[in-house]
Amino acid sequence: MPLPDSYLDYSARRYGMDHDRYDWSDMFARKPIRWPGGARIALSIVTHVQHFPLDMPAKPFKAPGALSMPYPDFRYFTNRDYGNRLGVFRVLRLLSDMGLRGSFAINGCIAARYPAVVRAVVDGGHEVVAHGLDMGKVHHSGLTEADEGAIIAEALRLLRDGSGQAVEGWLSPGRAQGFRTPELLARNGVRWCLDWANDDLPYRMRTAEGPLLAMPLAYETDDRVVANEYFHSEPEWVQQVKDRFDVLYRESAEYGGRVMSLPLHSWVSGMPYRVEYLREALGYMLAHDGVWTAPAGEIAAAFAGQE
Amino acid sequence: MAAQMQSDLGLYDYLPWPGRPKITWPGGKKLAVWIAPNIEFYEYDPPDNPTRTPWGRPNPDVLQYSHRDYGNRAGWQRMMAAMDRAGFRGSVSLNVALCDHHPEIIRACADRGWEFFSHGIYNTRYVYNMTIEQEREIIRDAFDTVRTHTGQELAGWLSPALSNNLWTMDILAEAGIQYTCDMFHDDQPMPVKVASGRLISMPYSLEMNDVIVYNSQKVTPRHYGEIIRRQFDQLYRESDESGMVMCIPLHPYLVGQPHRIDAFAEAIEYIAGHEGVWQATGREIAAAYHASGAYDAMTAAAAAHAQGER
Repeated sequence: MPLPDSYLDYSARRYGMDHDRYDWSDMFARKPIRWPGGARIALSIVTHVQHFPLDMPAKPFKAPGALSMPYPDFRYFTNRDYGNRLGVFRVLRLLSDMGLRGSFAINGCIAARYPAVVRAVVDGGHEVVAHGLDMGKVHHSGLTEADEGAIIAEALRLLRDGSGQAVEGWLSPGRAQGFRTPELLARNGVRWCLDWANDDLPYRMRTAEGPLLAMPLAYETDDRVVANEYFHSEPEWVQQVKDRFDVLYRESAEYGGRVMSLPLHSWVSGMPYRVEYLREALGYMLAHDGVWTAPAGEIAAAFAGQE
Repeated sequence: MAAQMQSDLGLYDYLPWPGRPKITWPGGKKLAVWIAPNIEFYEYDPPDNPTRTPWGRPNPDVLQYSHRDYGNRAGWQRMMAAMDRAGFRGSVSLNVALCDHHPEIIRACADRGWEFFSHGIYNTRYVYNMTIEQEREIIRDAFDTVRTHTGQELAGWLSPALSNNLWTMDILAEAGIQYTCDMFHDDQPMPVKVASGRLISMPYSLEMNDVIVYNSQKVTPRHYGEIIRRQFDQLYRESDESGMVMCIPLHPYLVGQPHRIDAFAEAIEYIAGHEGVWQATGREIAAAYHASGAYDAMTAAAAAHAQGER
């Protein structure tokens, strides 16, 4: 079956991006960013707190970390739930030990199922980021606007009510979006989003409902990606985090502030044998001068204040 | 098409390594090393091809799209700086639409004397299911686009996302392409049997390619540095007998990540520190191959080998 000649039409072949969500920009040619206190690195620790429903659908795709055994998959349902019972508290305890504040990207349903998790995050001085409703509810272009909007509104309502925080940050389950997701987020009061993996600095996105800031979140040094997709050991993960930090730190001397993001999962880094590796990675970075550890929302605000 | 599948297209003759004619590179260099950055544009909302759907998730697959876009916002600068320090020019495997989208990147490459070869229009448009005329049209488009934006005449081709048709090599040669990067069967350039013209296969290496290393083999960044050194050390020794080619194919969205760039940079500085390394481009290697008579010598050797095996 031959292809129609329209396959050789390129309607978005033009200067810049092939969509109007954001402009192209060379990260090394931007006006240097200055972080509070003259810091060189803004360290953004983002811990995923997730619920994987036993009956999560396979279509149109599963979010990473999804249950994968035949129903009823006790194995992964309970392994992921470990993160909500112990793992997240182990990470919280470590951050408290080290005097660090970060972001916790929490599925909205967690606020209803396990309010103690949200309370502990808030009491620890951390920031709640909305992580969709649950890991079975992925965002994609096949959803109607009404259905997707309802998921977003419900997730935000649960987390705002549960935390007492404004909750203006968003991370989609599986970092998946449909064509209209940014509009729906902006309409529901979301100011910044962690889904896009194309930069080490915040940048401005356009939506028909107002502006949205894209906040950096490393993809390939994420603890789950390194452990469960690459099958690298914990020392290898620590090495990659250190190497990533070293390059960003070096660049900050010449090009201005950078964001070092560290995506964690309560059910990955919160395991007993892994948490001390997390301490090692954090300790390495904090031993440098000019590292400002803050929730992603505060980093977003510091960036927006300089535009 | 499935009913007519063939077991081997016979695009090249078998020629075992021992006893081959000797290749000598210009200036008496031992080993030709070329670096081929794939500077690519993946579309936000590409059309489906019946043989291959561009993204794993429904459009827009913002995670994978943005991961690739990282290369064009940040990764390319780190990769280019590392190559500058080691004295390597790139031979850019270019999705030619990038000339329209990001002329700033094209200019930075051109200013350094880098070569451009074609990697199709977009990496999300495959030649599967194209008619021969449709495929000729993308070859014309690629020649015209690269000429308009850089003044260069295309010499090389790597099919978009390594998609090919049975006739692809014939129509590349017919259009004046001198080398293809789509075949991984040798460490030396070899004649490709085409209907007209002279086409050679340029060693491009699947296994040095960061997309295979990182996305398929899932190695650590420091091990990639080790792989590059090992590959180099072996080929460098073997090139005492006859000139070999080592290629490092790259993708700035992968090698240009902060946690990966230093291991790569150190490996290519190691290579550049050796006597007798020819830091070349694809076009230069193809030209030297022809100028040295290697094309004819290899063709004759392969024919003699086939004769002797009868």
